[in-house]
Amino acid sequence: MVTVLGLTCLLCSAILGGAYVLTKEPIDKAAAQKTNQALSQVLPPFTDVEYNEEGRYYTAKDAEKLVGYAIESTTVGFGGALSLIVGVTPDGVVYNTSVLSHSETPGLGAKCTTDQKFMSQWKGFNPAVKKLTVTKDGGDVDAITASTITSRAYALAVENALTKFNEIAGQAGNDGGQDNE
Amino acid sequence: MTEDKTMSKFKLITDGLVKNNPTFVLLLGMCPTLATTTSAINGLSMGLATLFVLVLSNMAISAIAPVVPDKVHIPVYIVVIATFVTLLQLLMQAYTPAMYETLGLFIPLIVVNCIVLGRAEAFANKHGVLESACDGLGVGLGFTCSLTVLGLVREILGSGSVFGYNFIGGNDGMLAFVMAPGAFLCLGYLMVLFNKFLKKN
Repeated sequence: MVTVLGLTCLLCSAILGGAYVLTKEPIDKAAAQKTNQALSQVLPPFTDVEYNEEGRYYTAKDAEKLVGYAIESTTVGFGGALSLIVGVTPDGVVYNTSVLSHSETPGLGAKCTTDQKFMSQWKGFNPAVKKLTVTKDGGDVDAITASTITSRAYALAVENALTKFNEIAGQAGNDGGQDNE
Repeated sequence: MTEDKTMSKFKLITDGLVKNNPTFVLLLGMCPTLATTTSAINGLSMGLATLFVLVLSNMAISAIAPVVPDKVHIPVYIVVIATFVTLLQLLMQAYTPAMYETLGLFIPLIVVNCIVLGRAEAFANKHGVLESACDGLGVGLGFTCSLTVLGLVREILGSGSVFGYNFIGGNDGMLAFVMAPGAFLCLGYLMVLFNKFLKKN
């Protein structure tokens, strides 16, 4: 009895160990590809990128010239954590945003990854000109139909990213960081 | 003789599809059925993932069943099933990362899907490897078809699209069908239709 159970477990763990080793490379590759894809989507063309693990942001440079920061930002949406990556150019304007992970309701809040109208409004969003809250709250962000909570969380995540951008830009002695409050 | 055998194997597969359909007749595995069928493609991939585990675990269990003592058969089966599920999880993560993210939690939950252990207990441990593979294939296909149909109906009603292709353009459809209440409603009506059709034949 013990032998059978022991042998089964041994064999199964051997199979899984082997499968883990075999799939590790493609899994890492897929994850890296996903990050790269998100980065190239939210930032202007760049050649070098550096990750700041402590601050959870990427600094992108094109031939030594700073082209922008990609800042990770997480807020609470309708169904759980909503993680974005927000690309900000040195002048404090949002270049583009992309969703890293979310657990919003399919067909409702999950549209934040497919709704063209909602997604495109973040392209070139200038916080100095537009107000970063949904129209329902008196701002300039058009919410996804029937998903105000997700849209609010999205706007908050962008706002947090911009706050962080001001900190980073301030530290770097960059004069691009305006006061957007 | 050989023809007879192939006939019976064919019957095993069609039985799983219709007479022993896990979703509409046996009412097994309701949790992934209701949760993952927000669209046809999600239902289809969840069904295929379960099919993969079902065929392999049925084969492995029917092969080892004669040497497994009765007292430990459940733990042994669960270890075997969990191994295949983890294998599937690693493979999906490596080669279909987008699908892995959509189905997320429901992939590891295949371990406790009662269809898989149910087939192991009710069929695989009493039959040969080949028959068990056919049974797994039949029941797995039955599950896949049911989930795809349910996903299709919910997607048409809820999002106005078929396999992600929007046909009413811009309209949002009836949102209730994408959410949990719509899942129960659709499942109920499909079950009625399926059983009515089954009785007629």
